[in-house]
Amino acid sequence: MTAHETARAETQQENRELWRWEESRWTNPDIDWKAGGIISAGIDVGSVSTQCVIMVDGELYAYGSLRSGSGGEDSALRGASRALEGTGMTVDDWHYCVGTGYGRVLVPMAKKAVTEIACHGRGANWMYGPSIRTILDMGGQDCKVLRVDERGKIVNFAMNDKCAAGAGRGMEVFCDFVGVPITEAGERSFQVDEEPRAVSTTCVIFAKSEAASLLREGWDVNSVLAAYSLATAQRVVELMQRVGLEPELGITGGIAKNRGVSERIEKEIGMKFNARTWHNPEYAEKEVPFDTQIAGAAGAALFAKALAEKQKGK
Amino acid sequence: MLANWGYQDGSGGYFIVIDTDVCDGCGKCVEACPEAVLEVGEDPADPLRDDPVAFVTEEQRKKLKFTCSPCKTYLTAGGKEANAGSTGVAKASDRKNLPCVASCEKEAITHSW
Repeated sequence: MTAHETARAETQQENRELWRWEESRWTNPDIDWKAGGIISAGIDVGSVSTQCVIMVDGELYAYGSLRSGSGGEDSALRGASRALEGTGMTVDDWHYCVGTGYGRVLVPMAKKAVTEIACHGRGANWMYGPSIRTILDMGGQDCKVLRVDERGKIVNFAMNDKCAAGAGRGMEVFCDFVGVPITEAGERSFQVDEEPRAVSTTCVIFAKSEAASLLREGWDVNSVLAAYSLATAQRVVELMQRVGLEPELGITGGIAKNRGVSERIEKEIGMKFNARTWHNPEYAEKEVPFDTQIAGAAGAALFAKALAEKQKGK
Repeated sequence: MLANWGYQDGSGGYFIVIDTDVCDGCGKCVEACPEAVLEVGEDPADPLRDDPVAFVTEEQRKKLKFTCSPCKTYLTAGGKEANAGSTGVAKASDRKNLPCVASCEKEAITHSW
């Protein structure tokens, strides 16, 4: 490799977007939406990601998940078109659409905005099944702990959206700082000889400066990641204990994909989260990808169905 | 449902807890609160509920420690003098004297700090 090529490779390395996670979409080929079922949609415009879930008569038809842009309306439209890709369906075919997440009031096609608390409870119940009682949702900018009954109705909840610590955005910033792709962060945080102590602060800004000084002291990147993951886990555990832990436990949101955090939470509370698999055997058999990020939008779509039926009944 | 409105930061947890199964949306707490922390309307956490319910306004959810501090300091137990120099954290036994908590006949409101 010439010096020039090396320099270029290094620049490319620098330009890598380490925080970027995988966007996804899926369509159910076995459903004919033209058959006349109720088409309901849920759009979850979050601070970091946007999801759109489309259901036909309460059955998952399609979903799309992507990164939020700066505008809520634009994000909602992009989310919708991602889910609609290749289906031949348009937004006009939807009978009812519910918006949720931070940008819920900005979803132009939504007939109603529902808070993410209600939607996540309903969505997680649908994904994990009625045996789930406690749900931890770690989103881009907040984390929520919900206790639900067997129908997914909220019994008790607490939410922390005061700062990015203990949330996905904090992890993104941190991964970018230590130079580890976010998709590998969980794995890397376990590649340590000894579990380090948690970084003392979980404020992203201060955690960054603490990481800088730890790296200067000679810590390797994996240990720093482990220390940050542990701090994030401890932060969330405080909130979980406030609401109370009742088995079974489910985890949703982007951080559910990071075993560096989720397994440390399990260790802290001494309980296990349920496996990230579909409660509905049909979906499991079809190998529908179990994307923990769609829980909010799925809940919104289920509410949309209920509201559409309510509207019809009137 | 127990709705925990508030937040948690490095200094502690600050939540107003409303038992929505008990709350009938009468609105007396809204009148009692000197800082307009509470409002009554459609349940933000349950879109299928028909009856109105009390909840903490979106604006106040992230600053309850500060907004509620005057009540905690002066209106609990022994009044202003007894609580001079208070930290804005009320003893659990005194929280029943907070205007919002005292106004609720159904005892649906509790403070976590």
